[in-house]
Amino acid sequence: MSERSMARAEGATVQPQLREVPAVRMEAVYKHYGDFTALNEVDLKVAKGEKIVVCGPSGSGKSTLIRCINHIEKHDEGLIYVNGVELDHQRKNIDAVRRDTGMVFQSFNLFPHMTVLENCTLAPMTANGLSEAEAKDLAMHFLTKVRIPDQAEKFPGQLSGGQQQRVAIARALCMRPKIMLFDEPTSALDPEMVKEVLETMKKLAEEGMTMLCVTHEMGFAREVADRIVFMNEGKVVEQAAPEEFFKHPKSERARTFLDQIIH
Amino acid sequence: MSHFSPTAAVSYFFNYFLMKGVLVTIGLTVAAVVGGLILGMGIALLRMSSNPVLAGAARFYIWFFRGTPLLIQLVVIYSGLPQLGIKFSVITCALVGLILNEAAYLAEIVRSGFMAVSAGQREAAWALSLSPWVTFRRVTLPQAFRLMIPPLGNSINSLLKATSLASVISVEELMRRSDMLMQEHFQILEVYAAATAYYLILTSVWDAVQRRLEKHFGRSSAAKTRRVAASAPVAQASVEARA
Ligand SMILES: Nc1ncnc2c1ncn2[C@@H]1O[C@H](COP(=O)(O)OP(=O)(O)OP(=O)(O)O)[C@@H](O)[C@H]1O
Ligand SMILES: [Mg+2]
Repeated sequence: MSERSMARAEGATVQPQLREVPAVRMEAVYKHYGDFTALNEVDLKVAKGEKIVVCGPSGSGKSTLIRCINHIEKHDEGLIYVNGVELDHQRKNIDAVRRDTGMVFQSFNLFPHMTVLENCTLAPMTANGLSEAEAKDLAMHFLTKVRIPDQAEKFPGQLSGGQQQRVAIARALCMRPKIMLFDEPTSALDPEMVKEVLETMKKLAEEGMTMLCVTHEMGFAREVADRIVFMNEGKVVEQAAPEEFFKHPKSERARTFLDQIIH
Repeated sequence: MSHFSPTAAVSYFFNYFLMKGVLVTIGLTVAAVVGGLILGMGIALLRMSSNPVLAGAARFYIWFFRGTPLLIQLVVIYSGLPQLGIKFSVITCALVGLILNEAAYLAEIVRSGFMAVSAGQREAAWALSLSPWVTFRRVTLPQAFRLMIPPLGNSINSLLKATSLASVISVEELMRRSDMLMQEHFQILEVYAAATAYYLILTSVWDAVQRRLEKHFGRSSAAKTRRVAASAPVAQASVEARA
């Protein structure tokens, strides 16, 4: 972490240390869109290093949940702490939280007018004050990790979907986040490209990254997740270890959901 | 006089008096584009603001200036405002009119350019902790600008021709000076042939500039890809060096 981001993190409101500060703590979080309640009294705790898979039917609030964690959506009520920093809509706290979290989107959201390398170096250079050479080294390190260093000079539009998503992962990692948020990272991909992205994510999980991942890839969930969080109509309906969740879903809603996706 | 004299037309084309009119036309256009862009961007920002009063004011401005003829706007500024004790030089009147009018069109072009940049781009920038300025300067603006070039080009083409309306308030640009020559020599077709040739040259030059701009900012790939082929081994080498 650069000196500047250190200073910011220190300036942020940090919770008194209670043995182990969870990576994410949500307490009675509500989010409304007009009359519609997208998050309805959500409580969630994610320990450091934990891998969470969030699933549930369409419109159940999965995206809203993880987008509130880095304040891309503002929650209306309740408390959210990320690594002990309260997301209270104050600029410095939002900034501290965003520096701790990386996000990967369903539609990649790479910057189309920049090369892969430029995509990866922009934030480290402008937000973390790295020199161009340092940022390039860092970018090449992570591009190598996602196994596409040879595409560094290409534009996103020249890559396959799977390659683009791996660039997006590398771009997020270049900010050295402690928590990675994934919103259906493989849903926009052709089937043959899903695997390469999931492999990349597995590798990240093995290295101990804290991960919250919205996905319908149940094989991935089984293999990687410590816990499955099942949502319905804005509520966290069920939380369980994958084995437990797949074998003995407690709620009727989870049973019908599982029947639908694992025919 | 039932004939057309090509030599007279050519001599009008090289007429020094007319050429100076061409320069005034170019000057009016450039000034109106620059002024219109600055004002237009401001209006576009207001129009996109979440404050309903500011957004409403901007919408009113756009509605007003796009809904009335430039000719009336120029005449009102030139002959109407003095009635209220507000008086500008002729050239100022023309510039004020052209800029106010052009800004309304450019504001809409700028706004639609920014609106066309997907929300996901901004979200990705936030998620990466980019500052608002860097997000604007490096992420949204370049993408919006690329989308703005074609409509911007068309608007500037129209503006170039619209400067001829300033002749009505006696600005001695190309059109006005053509009129003056015509009244002196009564060679209507010859004079206007020369003026027409100038307008065509100006719009064609602008077309060429616009095409180059589009190519430059749309430079998606071809050239870069080729460069990649050459530089890939270097990138590879630096990776290996790290390992
Ligand atoms: N900006 C918005 N304005 C209004 N309603 C919204 C907005 N964003 C989301 N919603 C609504 O909130 C609900 C939850 O949306 P969310 O995107 O979190 O669902 P999701 O579980 O991610 O669904 P999906 O599986 O389709 O991605 C949906 O019913 C959606 O229509
Ligand atoms: Mg979603």
